[in-house]
Amino acid sequence: MKNKWLMFLMGLGMAVVVGFLSHFMFYTTGEDQTLQMHTWLGLTVAAILTLFIYTFLYKDNPLYKFAEHLLVGTSAGYYLVVYYHNSVKPNMIDQIVAGFQQIGQMRAEGTFNFVDGILTNAGIWAIVPGIIGFLILFRLSRKLGWLARYSFGFYIGTAMGMYIPVGFQASIVEQIRGTIVHSAAAEPTPVFNLVYFGEFFSHPTWGGFVQAISGPLIIVGIFCTLIYFFFSKEHTGVFGAFGKVGIWFLMVGFGASFGATVMARISLLIGRMDFLINDWFKGLILPLFGGG
Amino acid sequence: MYKILNAFLKINRRWIFLLVLLGVLIPLVLGKGLTRSYPGAEVVKVYDFLNNLEEGDIIILSMDYDPATIPELNPMARALLRQCFNKGIRVVSLTLHPAGPGVVITLVDELLREYSQPGVNPDGSVRPVREYGEDIVFLGYKVGTAVNILALGEDVRLSWPQDYAGVELPAYGSDPTQTTLPLMCDVQNYNDVKCVVTISGTRIPEYWVAYGYQRYHVKVATGCTAVMFADFYPYLQTGQMIGLIPGMKGAADYEELINRPARAMVGMLPQSIVHLMIVGFIILGNIAYFIVRRWEKRGGGDR
Amino acid sequence: MRREVPVLICAIMGVAMIIQFFIPHPVSQAIYKTVIKWFIIIVTFAMVLGLLSLTRMHLTKLRRGDKDWFFSLVTISSLFVNLLVGFFSFRITDSFIFEGLKVPFNFFTISFATGLAAGSPFMNLFDYIQVPMQATMFSLLAFFIASASFRTFRARTVEATLLLVAALIVMVGRVPVGHMISTSIPALSDWILVNPNMAAKRGIMIGVGLGGISMALKIILGIERSWLGGGGE
Repeated sequence: MKNKWLMFLMGLGMAVVVGFLSHFMFYTTGEDQTLQMHTWLGLTVAAILTLFIYTFLYKDNPLYKFAEHLLVGTSAGYYLVVYYHNSVKPNMIDQIVAGFQQIGQMRAEGTFNFVDGILTNAGIWAIVPGIIGFLILFRLSRKLGWLARYSFGFYIGTAMGMYIPVGFQASIVEQIRGTIVHSAAAEPTPVFNLVYFGEFFSHPTWGGFVQAISGPLIIVGIFCTLIYFFFSKEHTGVFGAFGKVGIWFLMVGFGASFGATVMARISLLIGRMDFLINDWFKGLILPLFGGG
Repeated sequence: MYKILNAFLKINRRWIFLLVLLGVLIPLVLGKGLTRSYPGAEVVKVYDFLNNLEEGDIIILSMDYDPATIPELNPMARALLRQCFNKGIRVVSLTLHPAGPGVVITLVDELLREYSQPGVNPDGSVRPVREYGEDIVFLGYKVGTAVNILALGEDVRLSWPQDYAGVELPAYGSDPTQTTLPLMCDVQNYNDVKCVVTISGTRIPEYWVAYGYQRYHVKVATGCTAVMFADFYPYLQTGQMIGLIPGMKGAADYEELINRPARAMVGMLPQSIVHLMIVGFIILGNIAYFIVRRWEKRGGGDR
Repeated sequence: MRREVPVLICAIMGVAMIIQFFIPHPVSQAIYKTVIKWFIIIVTFAMVLGLLSLTRMHLTKLRRGDKDWFFSLVTISSLFVNLLVGFFSFRITDSFIFEGLKVPFNFFTISFATGLAAGSPFMNLFDYIQVPMQATMFSLLAFFIASASFRTFRARTVEATLLLVAALIVMVGRVPVGHMISTSIPALSDWILVNPNMAAKRGIMIGVGLGGISMALKIILGIERSWLGGGGE
């Protein structure tokens, strides 16, 4: 039974690979928009793999495992190709080649000198980060793994140094400012605005009440949430009460996030069902039987 | 009654899976959908900002998402690009997510085909011709989020010396007639663009705010999955983000605003049905739970 | 030396980048631009490291003949097929070869003339294998979230009730049907998002920001050294 599964899956895998590589032979040169062979094959394979993954809803099984591992391998290969074409080649290899071409040209013209040919030749200097980056790969080696530390030191130090000033501004300074004034408005207004209270008391309406208390509610919420996260002091007495209020605000926040998460997951399911129904079934299968 | 409620609470989860599946499948199979959405204030802010730009203005559109979030984010990216193409806003698109190139190239190719011939949009407005290199350039992907956002603040060519196809970017201010990417003759850094619109299923918009807005004061608008949008409200309130397009509902709102209902709008009916279904599950589950617990406390047990 | 020098490099680069932020002098800017250029190349290798590590893990499984060796074979072979197609397609961008194979590239794809062009075999693998599977993996969560909502979401405490009520209001308020039932529902949902939710998220953001900055400072000052890794001195 096990061998039959293996034979089936190996055959399926080979069919997928052969099918895609064979698209060169089956492509026609039509200018019209009719479905090409590779698109037909592609949509069918996509639909089959989608259904393989949905079998997990019943229980874990070899079809799901096959699809999962195929995804991991395909993704890894895709990322490697993209990293090379988008980063390594244009930012390093092409720059180094251009640098050496510049040296060659200067030598051919007899104008080569150390300053123009090497010192101010930006292309040649791209070798340095290439070497630093290459050392990172030694992390995989037990004997030579220490070489990667120099590169990681440069990488992590730079990243941390770039983050600290802007992170402080974005996550702390601006957020504290936003707690004091509504800074998004064209004319910033205070968050705790007594004018709204005045308007409410002079013309009491439900909307006026909500507008008046919203500002203080924000300030209380932020203050109490920060108190909740302060674990250096025991949460008892008045301090504990503020922490409790902080938990309430956090629960409302997490509830909003949960509602939003449900929305997101359903959207993804709708996308897949839309593909299966409209792109595959109505677009491909039904026309074969004269429908759609 | 106790047995029924108890059995209801312990129902096999596969029945719930089936109900959810039917809630999504039935409207799609029948081809029914809602005809309009009700745009939220945060979405309208993004739309109004782009709508107030002049023809020829340039924006950066950073599509930082992977295939997993295509159903939510592709519709909003499509709607944004249609608005830009219709208005004559030029777009420098790029991606900071490694799976982005595959997603973006398919989308940009699709839109360029749509705008390859003069015609009329479904809402009756004129559909202009848009060309790659003139109206949109796709720079591709670069590894490292923060450093590339910082590089764009100095010179885009620091990070992207070529476009996605390997064509060298022309020098800033050079003759646009001498290059296949004339748009890039007018772009050096954030000073040459009106805003950055980042569409992402990850925390990348926070990087744009921190490294783009805080350091270089470029305006940032965000499209995000529904999972993330609740977390971005602090940025909206401080003005660090112009506006927010949240999830498939936000995409449907944007389609409503540009008067071009498409895939996101179609998804709103199954979305609504399943949401109400889940709300029903939660309410019924809690009612049954409290009734059963009350009986058990009173020693009612197996009635 | 093998531990001290990297920590010193980390400290120098960290302090230099912080100070550079405040110095607009052209020399400072030139150094900043150079560091950015170098960093873009270095970070690529860091990403490649992760993928090589994954490949090594699966090759080890294959060599040992572990229980699920076949699936490791699937992973490795799909990785190599993708690499082959991605680099092979890139090399055959010569239009003569394309015409010989009768591949109809229209003027859009000629302008993206790499192995990553729309309609290329590499993009077909991406569009018809990676896209559907990755999207489907995440869509599975819809079923589990619905099931979990019913079976475990109970308003047993005040906190759980607050979470529940907020979730229900946001779920109904964020779909058009909520607006059709009553305009108060989306208004209430928006109020929750803009006020108490925003307050909680801001509190978390400030806390995380403080934690992130303190961790960054600890790394730069050499107090936190876990990034050095263990092993060979």
